[in-house]
Amino acid sequence: MSERKNGAQIVWESLLAEGVEVVFGIPGGATLPIYDALAKHEYALRHVLATHEQGASHMADGYARATGRVGVCLATSGPGATNLTTGLANAHMDSSPVVAITGQVPTTLLGRDGFQEADVHGVTMPITKHNYLVTDIHELPHVLREAFYIAHTGRPGPVLVDICKDVQQAEIEFKIPDSADLDLPGYHPVLIAADPDAIGQAANLINNAGQPVIVAGQGVLIAQAEAELCQLAEKANIPVITTLLGVGAIPQTDPLSIGMGGMHGEAYTNNAMMESDVLVVIGARLDDRLTGVFGTFASKAQIIHIDLDPAEVGKNLATDIPLIGDALLTLRALLPLVEPNEHPAWLGQIAEWRTDTDFRDVLAQETEELVPPFIIRQLWHLTDEGNCIVVTDVGQHQMWEAQYFLHTKRRSLFTSGGLGTMGFGLPAAIGVQVGRPEEPVWLVAGDGGFQMTMAELSTVVKEELPIKIALINNRHLGMVRQWQTIFYNKRYSGTPLFNPDFVKLADAYGMPGLAVRHKEEVEGAIRQAQAHEGPFLIEFQVDPFADVYPMVAPGKSNADMIRRPVPVEPLEEEG
Amino acid sequence: MKHTIVAWMEDKPGVLNRVASLFRRRNFNIESLTVGHSEAPGISRMTFVVEGDERQIQQVQAQLFKLINVTAVQDVTHMPSVERELALIKVNATGADRSEIIQLVDIYRASIVDVEVDSLIIQIGGPTDRIESLTNLLRNFGIREMVRTGSVAMVRGNGFTPVEGHNGVSETRVAQGARHLTPPKINLPYRPFPQKEKKTWPTSTTTRTLISTY
Repeated sequence: MSERKNGAQIVWESLLAEGVEVVFGIPGGATLPIYDALAKHEYALRHVLATHEQGASHMADGYARATGRVGVCLATSGPGATNLTTGLANAHMDSSPVVAITGQVPTTLLGRDGFQEADVHGVTMPITKHNYLVTDIHELPHVLREAFYIAHTGRPGPVLVDICKDVQQAEIEFKIPDSADLDLPGYHPVLIAADPDAIGQAANLINNAGQPVIVAGQGVLIAQAEAELCQLAEKANIPVITTLLGVGAIPQTDPLSIGMGGMHGEAYTNNAMMESDVLVVIGARLDDRLTGVFGTFASKAQIIHIDLDPAEVGKNLATDIPLIGDALLTLRALLPLVEPNEHPAWLGQIAEWRTDTDFRDVLAQETEELVPPFIIRQLWHLTDEGNCIVVTDVGQHQMWEAQYFLHTKRRSLFTSGGLGTMGFGLPAAIGVQVGRPEEPVWLVAGDGGFQMTMAELSTVVKEELPIKIALINNRHLGMVRQWQTIFYNKRYSGTPLFNPDFVKLADAYGMPGLAVRHKEEVEGAIRQAQAHEGPFLIEFQVDPFADVYPMVAPGKSNADMIRRPVPVEPLEEEG
Repeated sequence: MKHTIVAWMEDKPGVLNRVASLFRRRNFNIESLTVGHSEAPGISRMTFVVEGDERQIQQVQAQLFKLINVTAVQDVTHMPSVERELALIKVNATGADRSEIIQLVDIYRASIVDVEVDSLIIQIGGPTDRIESLTNLLRNFGIREMVRTGSVAMVRGNGFTPVEGHNGVSETRVAQGARHLTPPKINLPYRPFPQKEKKTWPTSTTTRTLISTY
């Protein structure tokens, strides 16, 4: 059954057919027909109005990460679309399924540098999984169908659909395209396990390993293979390291979980990775923040790499056994072949390394100062030991969060990993809270990144989202300041910030806020935020010169860490 | 070393841009790139000559493969194949030089396609090394202008020809050639063969539903 519909109606009806419930966006000249159709036909979708298109794209990204469904954002041509690009690049790096719909000038004006024209198709090509420019209304139904299919299948990623304004206004006989009519001869993302022979070899390697380690990335979460990962770890007693985006793949309180590895991973975690003889990498890209300088990484290890995307295997490091396939199905095939193992010596060694880390931990020391790790750990305690979702921005607070908040639930940490987008936090938290309204959402942000997108506070209040914001204010672009301290001879070029009074700012948006300066106020403030029904902001004013340790210097090996300073009064066993 | 890679892709706007952009972004070194129609309507065929080590060549193929519009990729470097290129060379030709050049053209089985008082345009088709060899000889007379098409390649006999029909890849042909579809060390049917029967395209709500807690 088909009816005459215009392009704008086709957009909304296609979204509804794909099961879309929420769209994040801002209208503009080139999307007027789309927005008009939304009002005129009262489509049953929630439209969340952002204050900046970058915010809209991060919201869609956050929504997608939190729900596992496609996040949709909508922007107008030219500046609207170029404002989306940061969010698209971020979603692309972190494999997040997003569909961005942008308006474009009418086909008659294409290429003539019309008002608000930008080559969005060209601009977004390298930062999307795929993109389309629709100049013919007859293509529109298929393109939208394909866009969703591409975004959420295989390795997920963002897809942009740029629709000319006259296409939105043109009418055709419309029905949702039949699946068989779609034409993607070069895209067949069927979920399959890796090659059985290779799985056999991998099992053999694991069974004969003396010092095996698993590195679990976000691929485990996307494939929903957490249970299989834990089974593998338990069966053969293999310690599990996660990447930043893989946090939550194994409960971090599990004895076999040895934390996050990489630049700000704990020393015992990185030692385990570097000293391993078999490294099982699952759904991780092995980027430089995890591996340190490529040449020295885990040089004794044979690497087994499970990934759905063949282009990731062997991209950065030579792989001994590539297992290209879905993590869930591959682990299921691998599990029966892996023999139970104890590895007492290896686990003992890691435990020994861990003692030294625990001894240096700032939380083990008596200090009156309000140190950020204390805030994060308190937050963890007061949320029933992590019974909440945490969204972070990018910077020092992000690393403290990853170190001190022990995530025991999957998909409970959302953070910008690959692109490291400051300003991601607040809008992403909005998307997360919209997608998972029943769960408490805490945003942990720094003062620098927060100010990049803090205009979205109006969205928080307008949409009545009960997001709790823990703002770690050190009055600096802290991570950059830290690097200047360590590598640039303390020349603080451009890093000190002029900040507003954040509590007053929250008040101006109509949400309560509280400033905390002392350690003993932390618990009360967090409890007050939790007791409040709506959004709440706590500004923690901390030492501007607190650094994140341990740290692997850029271009250095993971074996070469800058450790946490030894406590001032060393204990007896400190040799 | 130099590798010759053939890729088949949908003939759609922006595809050439995607491929070129990929090579630029990933820092792959292209020696030559040619593109034109294949035997299948709607499918173009590109031949690249790429300089790189084994790992880079694997990456080139895997990254190309990842482009949604690319239907197949094959490294034909180590396969029995025919590789050809065409060049037009405008060379100075006066006096005694002229007969010497004509002799060279004969030896190289090239042809003269334009004659002027003081110059000739020579057309030569063949493997790259033969073109290079003739070009080197002609430099002695003074080359005024030269244009080369870049290599095109085709596997001999019953080798791998993945394009058949509008929808790209026929099942049996790909099955024969599947091992070439992916880099040698990576043994995977990541891009499985198109199914003949009608597919059901899941909407985003019907993918694995998310369980928010353990």
